[in-house]
Amino acid sequence: GGMAAAAALLLLLVVAAGPGPGRAGAGQERRDALREELLLSPLPTGDVAATFQFRTRWDADLQRGAVSHYRLFPKALGRLVAALGVRELHLALTQGFWRTRYWGQPPLQAPAGAELWVWFQPTVTDVDKAWKELSNILSGIFCASLNFIDSTNTVIPTASFKPLGLANGTDHHLLRYAVLPREVVCTENLTPWKKLLPCGSKAGLAVLLKAERLFHSSYHSQAVHIRPVCRDASCLAVSWELRQTLTVVFDFFSSGQGKKDWSLFKMFSRTLTDTCPLASQSKVYVHISPKNKEKELLEVSPPPTSVHEAIVQGEKKTYAVYDLLSPSLFNTSRSLNVQLKWKRPQDSSEMPIPTLHAQRYVGGYGLQTGQICTLIYNTHPYRAFPVILLETVPWYLRLYVHTLTIITKGKENKPSYIHYQPAQDRRRPHLLEMLIQLPANSVTKITIQFERALLKWTEYPPDPNHGFYVGYSSVLSALVPSVTAMKDMDVEQSPLFTSLFPSSDGSSYFVRLYTEPLLVNLPTPDFSMPYNVICLTCTVVAVCYGSFYNLLTRTFHVEEPSRGGLAKRLANVIRKFRGVPPL
Amino acid sequence: MAAPLVLVVLAAVTVRAALYRSSLAVFIAERVEVASPLNAWKRVVEGLALLDLGVSPYSGAIFHETPLIIYLFHFLIEYAELVFMITDVLTAVALYLAIQDFNKVVFKKQKLLIELDKYAPDVAELIQTPMEMHYIPLKVALFYLLNPYTVMSCVAKSTCAINNSVIAFFILATIKGSAFLSAVFLALATYQSLYPLTLFAPALLYLLQRQFIPIKLKSKSFWLYTMQYASLYLCSLVVIICLSFFLLNSWDFIPSVYGFILSVPDLTPNIGLFWYFFAEMFEHFSLFFVCVFQINVFFYTIPLAIKLKEHPMFFMFVQLAIISIFKSYPTVGDVALYMAFLPVWSHLYRFLRNIFILSCVLIFCSFLFPVLWHLWIYAGSANSNFYYAITLTFNVGQILLISDYFYAFLRREYYLTHGLHLTRQDGTEAMLVLK
Repeated sequence: GGMAAAAALLLLLVVAAGPGPGRAGAGQERRDALREELLLSPLPTGDVAATFQFRTRWDADLQRGAVSHYRLFPKALGRLVAALGVRELHLALTQGFWRTRYWGQPPLQAPAGAELWVWFQPTVTDVDKAWKELSNILSGIFCASLNFIDSTNTVIPTASFKPLGLANGTDHHLLRYAVLPREVVCTENLTPWKKLLPCGSKAGLAVLLKAERLFHSSYHSQAVHIRPVCRDASCLAVSWELRQTLTVVFDFFSSGQGKKDWSLFKMFSRTLTDTCPLASQSKVYVHISPKNKEKELLEVSPPPTSVHEAIVQGEKKTYAVYDLLSPSLFNTSRSLNVQLKWKRPQDSSEMPIPTLHAQRYVGGYGLQTGQICTLIYNTHPYRAFPVILLETVPWYLRLYVHTLTIITKGKENKPSYIHYQPAQDRRRPHLLEMLIQLPANSVTKITIQFERALLKWTEYPPDPNHGFYVGYSSVLSALVPSVTAMKDMDVEQSPLFTSLFPSSDGSSYFVRLYTEPLLVNLPTPDFSMPYNVICLTCTVVAVCYGSFYNLLTRTFHVEEPSRGGLAKRLANVIRKFRGVPPL
Repeated sequence: MAAPLVLVVLAAVTVRAALYRSSLAVFIAERVEVASPLNAWKRVVEGLALLDLGVSPYSGAIFHETPLIIYLFHFLIEYAELVFMITDVLTAVALYLAIQDFNKVVFKKQKLLIELDKYAPDVAELIQTPMEMHYIPLKVALFYLLNPYTVMSCVAKSTCAINNSVIAFFILATIKGSAFLSAVFLALATYQSLYPLTLFAPALLYLLQRQFIPIKLKSKSFWLYTMQYASLYLCSLVVIICLSFFLLNSWDFIPSVYGFILSVPDLTPNIGLFWYFFAEMFEHFSLFFVCVFQINVFFYTIPLAIKLKEHPMFFMFVQLAIISIFKSYPTVGDVALYMAFLPVWSHLYRFLRNIFILSCVLIFCSFLFPVLWHLWIYAGSANSNFYYAITLTFNVGQILLISDYFYAFLRREYYLTHGLHLTRQDGTEAMLVLK
């Protein structure tokens, strides 16, 4: 009797003590999932682009509810989002420039340097303060000088950047966009980025991320995207998605030693040995679309686990898939070294020209004036589409908006929407946003003149004659018409590289392009001269003061003969000796 | 006298029209010596374009003109060249009429002083005769219209021409004796570029002299007249500023125009002393030196008023020159305005000490400005120090020119009252020194 009662009491105590405060979440599972994938796409010029994507989805509401138990989602970023009221965060650190004309449309492009754009929650009252804090915290997390982001390089675009995740209402005053063109990306930035991955760089696809090969490339871009997404098809609850992407383009000549055959070992000096145990999906995609649809161009070995067809960027593309979680993959060898071989030499006429690409350069000569020229090419044979152009120009290049000309096929092209915010000296940059219609098969030339300002000597960067980076590359956002209509797809099943940008309908796909950063020289004062200049100018002012003082305070007098100074008396003594009359 | 004036006007208009049609017009419009951030035509067009885009012109850092200019050119932008030519002609005509009247006043005063025996007996050669004064107004108009500085300013369509015109009308109104019009034009001039505030003192002295009110601090009529004039001036200024508010329904123009003139944030090179000084200034002392340089323009007024209270027109001339030299964004258009007055003091020629050197300095500097600018900005073989050096030299030349004229004026006054042939106590010829 007593033993049974004691046992029942013990059971009761255990059950009562069960759902304690530390395990409050045990009842409702806050599920998080990691998917990782690597996309290898050979580029028309013989280079190869590798895009890594690591996506952690966490079914938790970071905004509400005290979330204290972080598993796959990194705590640094989770607490950042919760504390500063961030709705969406996109940070990209890029070295190099994606050559759209030769390499095709990029899967995800970013401008050279550091780019940060953030949508804040409507509950944030002082967005500028939150922005400043955010850039400082991110600067610490990623070891990048993002603390240089201030009001002189931050703008508030009205139309170019729409939220990529869930959003209700888009008041553009909650958006901030900044670019730091002089930012250099190196191993110090890669290491903390890798640390945010659940498996680090020890297992899964991240073992390939070794700095000495990644930075020996033409283009290297690492990015972090945080956004809220629908938890399921009914969209009743919100999940948070963290995507870490890394795109690297290996150069045909320097990394490939002149041979167009690529392999994982040749690119990364590593092979894949096992999968990350925390990942629910881990795949390698190789783009093997036949260019002229007759026969395949590219041969991959070992044979892929499956072949996947998808409509990406408006075209039907075929991918060979290596599923690292399938047990058959590591049967034959302990490691996976995907090799790409060209079956026949590539014709230069087969190089496809992307539908939308752009170029930007500085015109003019001398250090007084200049002009920024942007050329936008629409190579689609019969479809016209609009493009939103965002130009951010620093305040020391004074833009004259009355000199803005947009010429397409020799005729003037008036933009249907212009938003221009002039710069204020030392406070904010110029912002010009335009919606331009690009006719089919045309080149549009946009020119605007500027005047170069002389800055104070302390405002020049080290090596001022190197020039100033006007790296706020024009951002072009467009819905480019697809060649093949895209079907609605399930985000969970499709590869990651198809689901970053939401597509509204299947007839066009979203593209964001950046143009080249520009290097502009400004007139410089002589930096060795501050003291001399102060003295000389004050001398001139003193000349005026002295002359006027004399004329105002003294009056004319008849000169009284003076007794003669020492020199005169000496001269008279000498004259007496010579026998000449004295002075 | 009207016919020669018409001829001069025609010649001036022809020169300007010819230059407008030539390729030099674009080259001159870009010269930093002629167009400053305050009065460049490109910026007026930019401001109007911003207004068309729905953005306030004062929201950026490009446009620093007063709303009056927006009002004026909103309707007259098509006829800009004609407007500037007419402005120059009006300025010249106003100066012509003003100096004509001034000569009459000078002659009357001279006659009075001779009759009162205030002059020494042997100064007959120093007395100005109507014969030699006859052509002075025409020379003034000529000096203004055909001065290369004025022509370049007009071809560049710099709004300095409008400022000069307002000041010329102010001088005309003052000389004619109309306190009300003088106050209104002075308010307009101050509203346009702030520094003509210092011209209040010479205008007041001239009007007092015209009303025969003695300038004594204890005199009641002196204070009454001063208060009247000051209140007229301040009321017109307030009215003009309030009218400007109603253009864009904001007070944005005050920091954009007056804040800009006083705090000098834009360091575009010009012919003045501010730009390089503040480009090389240690940040810590920036505010202090901005204040010092601005006070420098204003603080010569009181001492000059005390010294030159009997000669308000000369005071006006010296004050105009000081404004043109020490203002924050000077251009050659400002220099041309005070140079137009030099024929009025042509009787001082015999007492000028350095006129040859100074005119050579000014002419050579004017030629060297574009050369050294090209070498710095386009050829890259010189640096900013070269242009800065010419700026210094040009300003020293102007300062010494003004002080030379001042010296000559004071010396002539001394000779008039003490006699031309001065002898010492022992009968030998004397030297005159400033002690």
